[in-house]
Amino acid sequence: MWGYKIITTNQIDYDKNNRAIRNKILALEPSLRICIACGACTATCTAGNLTPFNIRRMNVLLQRGEYDDLKSELGKCMLCGKCTLVCPRGVNLRNLILKTRETLLNDECHVL
Amino acid sequence: MYYDPFVLPFTLGLLLLLGYLLVKYGTWFWQLDAQDKKKIRYRLLTRRTLIALREIVAEGLIHRKIFKVNPRLGYMHMSLAFGWFLLIVVGAIEAHIFVKGSAPLYFPIFFRYFVPDQHHFFFSWGFAQLMDLLLLFVLSGLFMAFAKRFNAKTVGLKKTTKLKVVDKFVLTALWLIFPLRLLAESLTSGYHNSGGFLTGSLGAVFQYLFPTEPFIYPAWWAYSLSLGVFFVGLPFTRYMHIPTEMVLIFFRNWGLKLKVNNPVLKAVEIYSCPKCGICIDTCQLNELQNTTKSQSVYFIQRVRNAENYRELAENCLLCGRCESVCPVGIDLTALRLMHKTDFSENKKDQFAFVSERTNTADVIYFAGCMTHLTPTIKNSMEQIFKQAGENYWFMDKEQGACCGRPLKLAGQFQAASELVSLNRNMILQSGAHTLVTSCPICYKIFKEDYRLPLRVLHHSEYINELLVSKKIQVKKSTISVVYHDPCELGRGAAVYQAPRNALQFASNVIENGSSGQNSLCCGGSLANQSLSENNKQNIAHTTVHKLTDNNPELIATACPMCKKTLGAVSAVKVVDIAELVAKQMIVKPVHQKQKAVSVAEFA
Ligand code: SF4
Ligand code: SF4
Ligand code: SF4
Ligand code: SF4
Repeated sequence: MWGYKIITTNQIDYDKNNRAIRNKILALEPSLRICIACGACTATCTAGNLTPFNIRRMNVLLQRGEYDDLKSELGKCMLCGKCTLVCPRGVNLRNLILKTRETLLNDECHVL
Repeated sequence: MYYDPFVLPFTLGLLLLLGYLLVKYGTWFWQLDAQDKKKIRYRLLTRRTLIALREIVAEGLIHRKIFKVNPRLGYMHMSLAFGWFLLIVVGAIEAHIFVKGSAPLYFPIFFRYFVPDQHHFFFSWGFAQLMDLLLLFVLSGLFMAFAKRFNAKTVGLKKTTKLKVVDKFVLTALWLIFPLRLLAESLTSGYHNSGGFLTGSLGAVFQYLFPTEPFIYPAWWAYSLSLGVFFVGLPFTRYMHIPTEMVLIFFRNWGLKLKVNNPVLKAVEIYSCPKCGICIDTCQLNELQNTTKSQSVYFIQRVRNAENYRELAENCLLCGRCESVCPVGIDLTALRLMHKTDFSENKKDQFAFVSERTNTADVIYFAGCMTHLTPTIKNSMEQIFKQAGENYWFMDKEQGACCGRPLKLAGQFQAASELVSLNRNMILQSGAHTLVTSCPICYKIFKEDYRLPLRVLHHSEYINELLVSKKIQVKKSTISVVYHDPCELGRGAAVYQAPRNALQFASNVIENGSSGQNSLCCGGSLANQSLSENNKQNIAHTTVHKLTDNNPELIATACPMCKKTLGAVSAVKVVDIAELVAKQMIVKPVHQKQKAVSVAEFA
């Protein structure tokens, strides 16, 4: 009625989340560890400019081990590389996206 | 009948080799697609074949290109290849004159054994001297190759390649061939008191020191064995490049091109690499610590040996520096890019969210994703378009999609083609006659994959045209500028002159040693997925250092990515051509005049 609604609890559930996949991805592209979630990547994102797609959110989800959205969402990235160029921390996002897509595609164990 | 069992290792080895090549090349030919086969059919009996033959002599035998890059290395390769070739040809002529007809395959090779005393036929003395001279020629190259194994600097290389076990085995056989030939011929000549200036004198010394007779026969056996081992081992080593390079030269002259889905040309190129190692020294990844050795020669070696080449495929700037010096002319960047597809998912239909928008205009301006990170470039371009009075449409001003090349550079050809067709439709619907882009990455894919029925210009070319036709005019300043050739625009698309011309209108261009074909990569490459931020900066540092050799006041470039990457580490200001020109542009007082009129009207 007021344009607001109660948000659903967003509890990080490590009983459910399989962080092994996240660790695997981070081993392939360790630079995500130094992300400060500043959002510069999202602000500049070519795909994000055309459709609801938030690359910073993807990073956070990945860190938490919540992959459900990741797999479908990351397909929207055009690999243009703007995010990598603007990142103040030097996170190699382009490679991260590639490695995440690939790992999630090959690793079906997260359906557990 | 001239025959002895010792000719068998040579003869059998040669026959096995020829059989193997026949099967291998036959299979390759069979695997070519219909289009390529048709090309060969139509072009087999044309001038192209003759040109190919000439190229085989110039490159395969004389190694002209290696000579150009490195004369000592060139001499080494030439003396081995051309010297051996001449030995075979002159030997065959000699044998032919002697028997006055045809002789068995092995006869010319072992001529001195069968005809040790050669004073009895036409020009026999001359042949003996000539053959000795050629042998000496080959041996001199061999000596250099030997020294190179221990010290690459002998032939002017900083680094040379490492060898596999089988390579070493066959290499030993190859190295032994000519010394053994010298030994066998000298012993024979010593005993028979014949031979030319080399084998004759050496033989005389031998004969003086010991009775040569018991050693003659074993020496010929050893010579034949070394030849046989070399022939049998050849297909499994880098020496496969000797016959394959010829196939490559023919294919290239008949217009066959690398294709993602066809293994033949890829294989021909891979097998044509002699591992000369010239590509190693030119690669900028050399300067970096802790990265995999992924220079082209290592990459090719891995692919050939069916070892895992993924890391190497990804750790390459695709800058094309190696390709520009490769003496065999292998399409090193395209080759590596195509092998990237082996590891990438190729999903289709991912970009349904891109909506097609279009606008009618004469000229389309596509800034490119990266240009949006360097807004001065796009703003300058808009000023220039307006000043030139162009009816233009800024296609990706808002809500633009990517051109697709970054996806392609990651090996995702399918996904890239989806973006290509989306953008292509928008471009075609606009009815424009010219497409201008500010980004060399976009420029390359527009030119190569879009198949557009309109002119595609990089903004440096476009600006140059405007300046030449005086549609815009600039005030020339005395400021000294060095131009940095972006990889994708220079080596990637062969645009070297237009940017320099445009700059010359507005400033004073100075050159340095690393420009044009030799220019360095800024390090920002989208192709290299695995390079860390730090390493990118290290590359940028060196590049800036070399660029500022002659103390220019400005570094100008023609790529938003180069501008950002170099600018981040450079003490000298880095600008884009568009910025420089827009700044110096003489703005015609069109608007002022209009204003004056309207004010008068009000009065
Ligand atoms: S720009 Fe870099 S640091 Fe900021 S959120 Fe994105 S990845 Fe993290
Ligand atoms: S590479 Fe992908 S995530 Fe990064 S800015 Fe481009 S579209 Fe967005
Ligand atoms: S790729 Fe070219 S330059 Fe490199 S080793 Fe092979 S032939 Fe030589
Ligand atoms: S393309 Fe550039 S980075 Fe890649 S191997 Fe060749 S010289 Fe090195």
